[in-house]
Amino acid sequence: MTQQRIVIGGIGATAFGKHPGRTSLSLNVEACRNALNDAGIEKSQVDAVFVKVPTSERHFMYGQMLCEAMGIQPRIGGAWDQGGAANIALISFAASSILSGQCKVALVCYADTPKTGNTKAFARPKGDDARYGWLSTAAGYGMILRRHALEYGTGPEELGPIAVACRKHGAANPLAQLREPLTLAQYEASPYLVEPLRRADCCLVSDGGGALLVMSQATARDLKVAHPVDILGIGQAQTSWDVHLRPALTSTCASMSAKKAFDMAKLVPADIDVAQIYDCFTIAALMTLEDYGFFPKGKGRHFVADGQIEIGGRLPINTSGGLLSETGMPGLQLIMEGVRQMRGKANLQVPGARNCLISNQGGTMHTHSTLILGQ
Amino acid sequence: MNTHSTSTSVTHQYWDLLKAGRLTYQNCACGHRWLPPRTECPSCLGTDWSWRDASGRAKLISWVVYFFAYDESFQKKIPYNVAIVELDEGVRLISNITDCPDGQGLELDMPLELAVEHEGDVVLARFSRIQLRENI
Repeated sequence: MTQQRIVIGGIGATAFGKHPGRTSLSLNVEACRNALNDAGIEKSQVDAVFVKVPTSERHFMYGQMLCEAMGIQPRIGGAWDQGGAANIALISFAASSILSGQCKVALVCYADTPKTGNTKAFARPKGDDARYGWLSTAAGYGMILRRHALEYGTGPEELGPIAVACRKHGAANPLAQLREPLTLAQYEASPYLVEPLRRADCCLVSDGGGALLVMSQATARDLKVAHPVDILGIGQAQTSWDVHLRPALTSTCASMSAKKAFDMAKLVPADIDVAQIYDCFTIAALMTLEDYGFFPKGKGRHFVADGQIEIGGRLPINTSGGLLSETGMPGLQLIMEGVRQMRGKANLQVPGARNCLISNQGGTMHTHSTLILGQ
Repeated sequence: MNTHSTSTSVTHQYWDLLKAGRLTYQNCACGHRWLPPRTECPSCLGTDWSWRDASGRAKLISWVVYFFAYDESFQKKIPYNVAIVELDEGVRLISNITDCPDGQGLELDMPLELAVEHEGDVVLARFSRIQLRENI
């Protein structure tokens, strides 16, 4: 069966960091405007708008609020709540909708203001268990890291190089929120936030927004889109159980998600030239790489050592800085960097890169999604 | 801080039983056992369940130590630990391990015993280390 190729036809973002006085709607509009400009198309050509809900705000009919703010009356539109995995999930919905003839050009976007708006978004009490002091997003990842550390001996030698690589790439990115490189010694000296998690293991908190345009290759040709990038594979999977209820804390549904995406792309991990791996916490990136099959579980030390995940290494990851250095935005920036790498126009371009792997995940590794882009 | 934001009648029952000194879990006719309290069994989706008293014996699955207070009400408690505990009956819950705020001496799968504690109006199903207790 020959199927239409689906492409990402345009990308756009706001500045990352602080946007006092701006709303997430305003940031979404700016990101979408920039994505439309990047693709060289008019908003009147958009007939679907898929928005990931802001993490720090709760609204009713957020998708319709955004369409009103942009003066767009789409065939399909709405907001989706799945944590950080939602970006790729929305690309999947957009692709399915396009392939089934329900729409032609879809905006996928996200914006939030957790830095200057509702700053308590990541400190939330976890239901009735808050009475035990069980608060924050970070602590859930700390529970996972503790178990991983005790089962496999995971520590600074596995996690430090991930933080170092992201901070190095972010320092080289003029648009990154945090442009300070980090040494392994500085990583090890970083104080505990929720032990065993160090501050240097934890991503940024950022205001900002991102957007991209999904369409078929044929539509991109008709609309004279300059730099469409092919989607080769998409996968998703969900654990659902909260951290403490999971039968195993050290395995995630990432492996299922990746298998789907690799099978669809007819590729294997060895075919990947550059990867953007969701790094809300270093342990999340490490476990994603192992669950994706780049190395056996608990055997990541050699893979991440000696600059092998830095630009110039065997598998450069998070080439614009990731959540640890570019922006804490939950995942859309990773897709945008993947698009730039496949266009050959990234700030830290991996020479000759043909396949880019991107992971997104949500909650405390509750949800996962995988995207493979090609040249 | 309101720690009762998710309270429903079934969660009220759980905390009221704990207040009376009984740590309970839900046991379904289908054989599934669980916490936190839910109206429907997450395995068979039915409602034919009853409260069962836990033996109080458990093991340590994982833990973290907070060096940062995400809420002012915990500022004077740091460092404090939060643990994942698995009851002998197979049910897991979030808890604290007593007598080791900084987590020193904790080990994977170490045996634990229920130690219900009260802080003002709040009741807590905490756990203590059995080895420690036997050594004293």
